[in-house]
Amino acid sequence: MKQAILLTLYCLLACSAFCQIDPDLLRRVPVKNDSFQLNMDAIYNRPFLQVGKLPVAVGGYVEGNYQYVSNNGVSEGHQFQMRRLTIFLSSSINKRIKFLTEIEFEDGTKEINIEFASVDIEFAPLLNLRGGIVMNPIGAFNQNHDGPKWEFVDRPISATQLLPATWSNVGFGLYGKKYTDNWVYAYEVYLTNGFDDRIIANPDNRTSLPASKENKDRFEESFNGSPLLTGKFAIRNRQIGELGLSYMGGVYNKFEEDGIVLDQKRRVDVLALDFNTSLPHTNTAINTEWAWIKVNIPDTYTQQFGRKQQGGFIDIVQPILKGKMFDWERATLNVAVRGEYADFNVGTFKQTGGNIYDHVYAIVPAISFRPTAQTVLRANYRYEWRRDVLGNPPTKTTGIQIGFSTYF
Amino acid sequence: MGKKHWYALLLIVSITGGIASCEKLMTKPPADDSVLDGPVEGLTPEQLTQFLKGDVAFNDEVFTSATGLGPLFVATSCGTCHARDGKGHPFTTLTRFGQTDSTGNKFLHAGGPQLQDRAIYTYQPEQIPAGATFSKFTPPANTGLGFLDNVTDASLMALADPEDVNGDGVSGRPNWIKIPDYLSERTNSIVNNGKYIGRFGKKAAAYDLFHQTVNAYNQDMGIASSYEAHDTYNGQEIDPEVSNQTVIDVVAYLKTLKAPIQRTSSDPAVVSGQKIFTSIGCGKCHTPELHTGYSSISALSDKTFFPYSDLLLHDMGPKLDDGYTEGSAHTNEWRTPPLWGLGLSRNSQGSNYFLMHDGRARSIEDAILLHGGEGQQSNNKFQQLSAPDKATLIKFLESL
Repeated sequence: MKQAILLTLYCLLACSAFCQIDPDLLRRVPVKNDSFQLNMDAIYNRPFLQVGKLPVAVGGYVEGNYQYVSNNGVSEGHQFQMRRLTIFLSSSINKRIKFLTEIEFEDGTKEINIEFASVDIEFAPLLNLRGGIVMNPIGAFNQNHDGPKWEFVDRPISATQLLPATWSNVGFGLYGKKYTDNWVYAYEVYLTNGFDDRIIANPDNRTSLPASKENKDRFEESFNGSPLLTGKFAIRNRQIGELGLSYMGGVYNKFEEDGIVLDQKRRVDVLALDFNTSLPHTNTAINTEWAWIKVNIPDTYTQQFGRKQQGGFIDIVQPILKGKMFDWERATLNVAVRGEYADFNVGTFKQTGGNIYDHVYAIVPAISFRPTAQTVLRANYRYEWRRDVLGNPPTKTTGIQIGFSTYF
Repeated sequence: MGKKHWYALLLIVSITGGIASCEKLMTKPPADDSVLDGPVEGLTPEQLTQFLKGDVAFNDEVFTSATGLGPLFVATSCGTCHARDGKGHPFTTLTRFGQTDSTGNKFLHAGGPQLQDRAIYTYQPEQIPAGATFSKFTPPANTGLGFLDNVTDASLMALADPEDVNGDGVSGRPNWIKIPDYLSERTNSIVNNGKYIGRFGKKAAAYDLFHQTVNAYNQDMGIASSYEAHDTYNGQEIDPEVSNQTVIDVVAYLKTLKAPIQRTSSDPAVVSGQKIFTSIGCGKCHTPELHTGYSSISALSDKTFFPYSDLLLHDMGPKLDDGYTEGSAHTNEWRTPPLWGLGLSRNSQGSNYFLMHDGRARSIEDAILLHGGEGQQSNNKFQQLSAPDKATLIKFLESL
């Protein structure tokens, strides 16, 4: 892993050194902004930098922020964070065969992940084979998560604490798109390695799909030999917007070892619905996602771990100024708001019949300034209410976050 | 400079102003008397550091099968049962079974005394064996435990009246228990036929906070320590799953949690309620005031405090007799639970009351009406009170 990363960095540095010699050789691969772009296109639709006529393009993004957060009046003070440095490297092996990888450093070098590393082979527009480390297309955020695209410093709670964004696994599958005058239809379906029993055995003390991200072995072997199926169907109308319906499901427990049956197969099933649009007259962008999760947990396990979860978010972004600002030709000033909710344990207590809580609400007003489409400076105010499993009075979190994110 | 620039500049200034005044946009800490957690006043920096370590181990450390949980257990962390250091909820109520008198538990071979009713997957949790009586115990609040731990045995003996010599119908007595080898005797312990005075737990069957903590790691979470090194699943000795230092830190945390602070104590209704509390005899068991002896933690040494408990066993009558007991207590005897923090119980019980030893009482009034045995006289007097006087008494109890 480290060798691969070092090799990649070496290549990038070599490119950089080369470019310093002759900057004219650098060419920006433009980002497509047409109304037929889907969330599934986000992986390739990035501002790559190509060197001369080399069939290799590089890119990446970086994001950092300052925050002051108070939890029921207790704060850890002023914090400066370098949340992500992500590097993309793509290569056209052939006109219809391409490769892309995305390597992410989170919180400095606390986490280093290959988030994506796949070869795509096109047989027909409706039939493409993708294999390697793929992003499971559950919801929209997991596919389209680059920091510079968002007006908010934090990723949505439902996408990162209910769903495991960014969630990628080794496997293969098919995808395709079909266009008509006003519509585009697309599908993706993959079989990959999947979850493990960290879902119900984790330090979060709740059912947690993201806990399975801690299992780095999943890039080498499946925890239980049972593949995870992920599929998504998306449809977009030029005037209306994009609607996606996705499903992810598989067995998460070790039901058999060395041919000995240990337990029944226990499944995790996720259904997600996402929608995004831009209102024609006001240019208001709306982006929303909702997910439902069902986990087969042994009856003998504690109800601290939810059998069902659900949650989602809605982002509304309104440009209020567009044009030349501070000599930036196409700068934009936006106001935005995110509303989000996640219920980590949907159900009632066996002992009392009372509601199991363990949920969170948050509202995040924001102001963002985009000197260019690929760079965002953003200021958020977060107000969050979190109730524990028993439904005790909520823990209130408030915070100010100011950050930047930019492609490079 | 264009108009748009000014807007942008104004925006930046607004943001800067927002940051400068960020304290106003932040949540405020709750009033000290509205929460149960927090350290006792007067701890040294070293003691506060250990308090914080213990706080993390108690409230944040969640055990999994990889870190030793179970395989049979009741809860995955200390904080699961003692949310916000307050009273627990029926969801985290534990069950004990198998002992009916002072001759000991007859079901130790069948997993007694505590039922581990949950299990990691591939294991089956315990069932209450046929013929075993049982009782359910709702987790108690943790606050002020260091003060209770530091009351001298002599003080407790002075409150005891096992033969009801004074003829008031109340006859508290200590639970005499055997203590495990890993415990150290407290200074000036009173020993009776090799048995010691228990003071923690519903039946006062735990000697001190160390005893209680080691037992909880083992019996509640299935975590073996060097002090209780056996696996609750098969009884075999296994490697420790929690370090001695962590256990010591947790004990230090529990010992130095502050005592609950009474609210609205000068409210005339609360003052009247306290008088009614005394006049109907509640204070005979729920002793308002106790005094600590010497402690190496000066913040706990030689202090007067107000737990509303005598830490002694009392006959509570047939309604509360589950047929199960511990130590030398009778099945109808229960240790007087401290009433301090009662008014904050709902903050940890999901905005409800679950009172008495098993949470069966859904209000303070219900709890009073369940008092029998030595508490019957006070119960009768409570029922004879006028509605306003009952409300005044309850207002006082909720102020604690």
